[in-house]
Amino acid sequence: MAASVINTYADPSMPEWLSAPHSTGTSIMACEFNGGVVIGADSRTTTGAYIANRVTDKLTRITDHIYCCRSGSAADTQAIADIVTYHLNFHKMELGEEPLVQTAAAIFRELCYNYRDSLVAGILVAGWDKKKGGQIYSVPIGGMVQRQAVSIGGSGSSYVYGYVDANFKPNMSKEEAVKFVTSTLTLAMLRDGSSGGVVRLGVITESGVERSVVLGNQLPKFYEG
Amino acid sequence: MSSIGTGYDLSASQFSPDGRVFQVEYAAKAVENSGTVIGLRGKDGVVFAVEKLVTSKLYEPGANKRIFHVDEHVGMAVAGLISDARQIVETARSEASNYRSQYGIPVPLKYLNERVSMYMHAYTLYSAVRPYGCSVVMGTWTEHEGPQMYMLDPSGVAFSYFGCAVGKAKQAAKTEIEKLKLADMTVKELVKEAARIIYLVHDELKDKQFELELSWVCAATEGRHELVPRDVASEAENTAKQALADIEDSDDGDM
Repeated sequence: MAASVINTYADPSMPEWLSAPHSTGTSIMACEFNGGVVIGADSRTTTGAYIANRVTDKLTRITDHIYCCRSGSAADTQAIADIVTYHLNFHKMELGEEPLVQTAAAIFRELCYNYRDSLVAGILVAGWDKKKGGQIYSVPIGGMVQRQAVSIGGSGSSYVYGYVDANFKPNMSKEEAVKFVTSTLTLAMLRDGSSGGVVRLGVITESGVERSVVLGNQLPKFYEG
Repeated sequence: MSSIGTGYDLSASQFSPDGRVFQVEYAAKAVENSGTVIGLRGKDGVVFAVEKLVTSKLYEPGANKRIFHVDEHVGMAVAGLISDARQIVETARSEASNYRSQYGIPVPLKYLNERVSMYMHAYTLYSAVRPYGCSVVMGTWTEHEGPQMYMLDPSGVAFSYFGCAVGKAKQAAKTEIEKLKLADMTVKELVKEAARIIYLVHDELKDKQFELELSWVCAATEGRHELVPRDVASEAENTAKQALADIEDSDDGDM
């Protein structure tokens, strides 16, 4: 991000990546299946062209049953996730029950909309609740919120919209959904220069979250020209 | 003034030597002078019925209503000082609206009740204010959690109820409500019972005129709080009048 942001304090002879903010030029995805949602992300954090972290975890816990996939500025999205976590914990104590995914999405939206001029954050809120089961809400830059059965985000997503449209089916099994998310993210990581590393996954169901990693050498193979 | 009892009833911020707050008890007295309000929670919704006493023939019909919409899905029936009650309605409405805009979903009644109770209770703590002279009954129905109903006192205490009554004839009304199998009844049946109870407990000698207010929030209204449609309400009212006339006839027969 932020190639357009001019840093007046930077020495012009200094390489750009030294002063550029950390950002998650990213591939993230969330997909509903018949028992919940699968969330996934690549693991690359860049500072300009430099890979600041190659094993980042962009899937962040909000509650036991609600996670978010972060894209945009790492600092902004971490801060937002922390604030939403605080609000939902408080809300959970007041209500005495697990918060709804919709509620989490509403708080994300509130923050992302009110501070839209100072934030760079594209977030997918995904989780399971007893009212509506597995749900995904997309909160893109600008602070809109929209529920989607499948959603992709980050710079890598532009390369795989067609793949998602062609391959998504409603009511997939867990295994089908995990395979679909892994393949989509792999394809995005192959094309997008600022995505890469490993694929991190999370399966959120009534019983909680199941995390896993697909290492670089275990990723599915696709045509690479 | 010296040892016990006297002089402790002027402020809500001071206990009496035997541990009471008289101002709160006086507020409860204000509620006992009001027309009877009942709330019934059946299997598919909540029904409110109010005996609204009409103190002058010069009022237009339908003036000074005692049943309010708090949010689309929450109804509130009030007993006690109407002006105090309207402030509570206002508070509840802004709580419900704030919740909706913050969390994007309708406020759960459990939460709304806690907030309104906290607000009422705050007015029992300070010398500069008096407690609210009203009791309110709040109810809702949701697809997921079914019917829920709470009644809130001037003391700030609230309980969840299957059936509740407050106001002048609360004792008589409660006796009648206890005879009902509330958990098995539909709102259609409850509307008739509610109308009957209000007519039954109304004291014609002391309070001449009254209007019956009926509302419900149930599965049939898709969880919206609405006034009972005129045809259903007038049918219930006629049945109530008939039932009352039957009782009076049989009383005459006994004598």
